[in-house]
Amino acid sequence: MTAQPVTGTGPLAQRQLALVDLLDRLLAGGVVITGDLTLRIADVDLVRVDLNALISSVNVNVPSPFEEEESL
Amino acid sequence: MNELRYVYAVTRPFDGVLPQGVCGLDGEPPRLLHHGDLVAVVSPVPAEDFAEAPLKAHLENLDWLTATARVHEAVIGAMTTVTCPVPLRLATVCLDDSGVRRLLDAGHDRFVQTLERLDGRVEWGVKVYADPEPDPSSQPAPSGAPQAAPAAAPASGRDYLRRRLSMRQARESVWERADALSRTLHAELSQRAQAAALHRPQDSRLSEARGQNVLNAAYLVPREHSEEFVAQVRRLAPEEQGVRVELTGPWAPYSFAGQAGQAGQEEAGAAR
Repeated sequence: MTAQPVTGTGPLAQRQLALVDLLDRLLAGGVVITGDLTLRIADVDLVRVDLNALISSVNVNVPSPFEEEESL
Repeated sequence: MNELRYVYAVTRPFDGVLPQGVCGLDGEPPRLLHHGDLVAVVSPVPAEDFAEAPLKAHLENLDWLTATARVHEAVIGAMTTVTCPVPLRLATVCLDDSGVRRLLDAGHDRFVQTLERLDGRVEWGVKVYADPEPDPSSQPAPSGAPQAAPAAAPASGRDYLRRRLSMRQARESVWERADALSRTLHAELSQRAQAAALHRPQDSRLSEARGQNVLNAAYLVPREHSEEFVAQVRRLAPEEQGVRVELTGPWAPYSFAGQAGQAGQEEAGAAR
């Protein structure tokens, strides 16, 4: 097992930030402003659920190791 | 063309200069909108993309979402080189500059408290994966470890059953070890950190990471304690087959910019 990829130097690591780590923070973190001062774009969790559905529908062809084993 | 205002972050007035080449969503350097003792970091954005309906549609488009998230992150990243901004959630959009000022007025006390709470802090992400399937590319098989043996054809039905059993046991032990490590890590790191937050474990279809994500945590750490924190993570992450620890950061403190006490609230999901 390896702890990767940070060596503690420089801002924001060496490799490109994984999108999913970014989305964890940008869609679930940050200060949320609601009310009529801004357009209402809350409900990001719903967006996220839909996005997950989108991704899984895109990736239906990725084989699962468990199914593979069942077919032995 | 009707323009709206996209707000990335709120910060205090600061002296430094943003690094060259930082571009907002309009391809220009983000603007600093001063109002009282706060500054909003904004870009003008077209209404046909960022009004409520088109924005909702765009958020379902992974390419658009990726590009927007990366710009948002790049702007926050640039801000962190000169000050300690409070990041806003992705896609916080105001109608115009006076909307941004009203936002700063209405959220003033909350912004000031959050700025104080997060000043000089960064966020580190720690994830634990259970990966019961041996990875042929990266794991040199220790001799005598049956689960790492290459799958030769079983010689008999009994061999086959024995192999199935040992695979199952190896898999269960990986889950148990991943679970135990997650608990230990989270307990130890929470003590070191000023705050902890748990995100939902990531869907591997989205992350394309090997194995199953069992812990997806974030820790708030004073910037100057970062090295110590990273060393602590390394120390607690033993060399074990099938269990992997991944560290990301330092991040701007996104996971801690919401309401105070949010971490405790999310704690309930920890025992997954």
